[in-house]
Amino acid sequence: MTGRRPGAAREQLAGWLFVAPVVVILGLFMVAPILMALWVSLTGWNGQGSPFRAGVPFVGADNYTRLFTEEGLARRDFMTSVRNNAYYVAIVVPLQTVLALGLALVVNARLLRGRTFFRAAFFFPSVTSSVAISVVFLFVFANSGAVNGLLALFGVDGPQWFADSRGLLHLLLGATGLVDPDAPPAALTGGGPFGLSWWEWLSGPSVAMTTIIMLVVWTTSGTFMLMFLAALQDVPVTLEEAAMLDGAGRWGVFRHVTLPLLRPTTFLVVTLGLIATWQVFDQIYVMSQGNPAKTTLTPAFLSYQTAFRSFDYGSGTAISFVLFAVIVLLTLLQRLVMRDRRAS
Amino acid sequence: MKPRGPRALASAFAGYFVLVFFALVFLYPFVIQIATSLKSEPDAAAHPLSPVPSPLSLAGYERVFAHTDLPLWLGNSLLVTVVLTVGRVLLDSMAGYALARLRFRGRRAIAAGIVAIMAVPGVVLFIPKFLVLNQLGLYDSYTALVLPVICDAAGVFIMRQFFVSVPPTVEEAARVDGAGIFRTFWSVVLPMARPALITLTVISFQGAWNEFPHTLVAVQSPELFTLPRGLADLVSGSLGKGTQYPVKLGAALLATIPVAVVFVVFQRYFVRGANEGSEKG
Repeated sequence: MTGRRPGAAREQLAGWLFVAPVVVILGLFMVAPILMALWVSLTGWNGQGSPFRAGVPFVGADNYTRLFTEEGLARRDFMTSVRNNAYYVAIVVPLQTVLALGLALVVNARLLRGRTFFRAAFFFPSVTSSVAISVVFLFVFANSGAVNGLLALFGVDGPQWFADSRGLLHLLLGATGLVDPDAPPAALTGGGPFGLSWWEWLSGPSVAMTTIIMLVVWTTSGTFMLMFLAALQDVPVTLEEAAMLDGAGRWGVFRHVTLPLLRPTTFLVVTLGLIATWQVFDQIYVMSQGNPAKTTLTPAFLSYQTAFRSFDYGSGTAISFVLFAVIVLLTLLQRLVMRDRRAS
Repeated sequence: MKPRGPRALASAFAGYFVLVFFALVFLYPFVIQIATSLKSEPDAAAHPLSPVPSPLSLAGYERVFAHTDLPLWLGNSLLVTVVLTVGRVLLDSMAGYALARLRFRGRRAIAAGIVAIMAVPGVVLFIPKFLVLNQLGLYDSYTALVLPVICDAAGVFIMRQFFVSVPPTVEEAARVDGAGIFRTFWSVVLPMARPALITLTVISFQGAWNEFPHTLVAVQSPELFTLPRGLADLVSGSLGKGTQYPVKLGAALLATIPVAVVFVVFQRYFVRGANEGSEKG
């Protein structure tokens, strides 16, 4: 420490020089934009000229209230996108978590041959371009595509995946005969929160959204499998063997020994999944653009569409700030719980 | 004790069955993609499941190269990817080093800021980034494609974690020998960071090559399209209505090949990068 003094000023300077590019770029393109957008979300800027000109109408919180309280298309579309994304999250997160854990467990088996190959095979889709893979799935789920070809082998007439806006829950209710999807009960169509009827809230994901769900589960499970795998390799073998000797079956060992040890990783995978699924964009852009009948519209895509297609930058940024709030909350939750776990 | 033989055999068999089934599920779409890109259009429509093109047809690729801007997109992607990868590796490791090792005022605040920035979700930055690029007069230029994403908070964090773990005695020896701070960084510490550098290079390359949303808000001229952007345009644009699957899947395959090659060669660095994600925060 004592010998360092003469160099302290130089270290000070070097430190700043080393971080300067990153600080400038992140400041300019991450921090400043957020502040600018916050301003734009309070205006009715239409994209012409600078949003800071004198003539730009200041509308205060209007862009936000239109999303939540005012009757109209803005709220209708926003709430539809929230509904779609909520179903998407509710299905993708549990599915990818369970699949990732399952794959990690099989691939972790000590006696397995070709482990590296299988790991690579499951992980590979995660590293490829989301756009390219969406194009592949457009073909796989096309009317004359591979999935319908496969279904035909079993005598099933596959749906027109990307054109089908029917909700899965509606279909399910129809199949049980409890409710006729074409003539839903008046109690459900009469009213509901935020401008959508209960019946609309209870649609479930549409058939079209289901294809995007399958695509995303397929691409993300590999990454999460690796996280589980890393955690599984930290589970002491002796612990599992001791439990086996005590007479626990395989399932018992898994439930009472392995699973509790994996809890931090499971929590991480679930929260990372929640954070990512609320941001789904690329696949929607390439595969459906929110169609059919707005059943694949998500807040991320809606904000893009509102700003860059309808030139309503105020509403577009307001939507992205609502989304921002949701994701920041989830991130804080994750950090908080992970910190507690690490401390204890 | 229960008889072990048959049960163990059965469970091994079941295990392999599950594995092979999932390996098929995860890899067969790529097989279909390759096969379909080499099929004629009627064949692609009639036999979507078949892994064998009959007849073998290069018409899809001919169309991609001759009738789309794919060569241009490839060139742009290559340029952007190289600049982004070099930039990220250099800038992220410099910042990572400073945050781990150099003592300067404001270091803690910057480190905290970087962790906070990692939490900012990409999709909410679409419009904001466009606003800044527009304001700076950079919209629709190569600079817009590259500059905003030339460094990333996660990369800085990865490098910082690595440099923290390097024993300080090495640097002290270099300094005693009279090396300056930059020299110590460049010729002593950086070479030691090879594993971390390769990881960062590999994930930066993959991220830059696949980057899509940023190109949506940074440029609009077709001359500036990268491969993912061009591909998205190809699917939703003029060709969108028709089927033309051999063409689309051929183009998609060309977008996948470079990452696939890098993946096969540098697999363990990808794995490290993926698990790095679980370390952060």
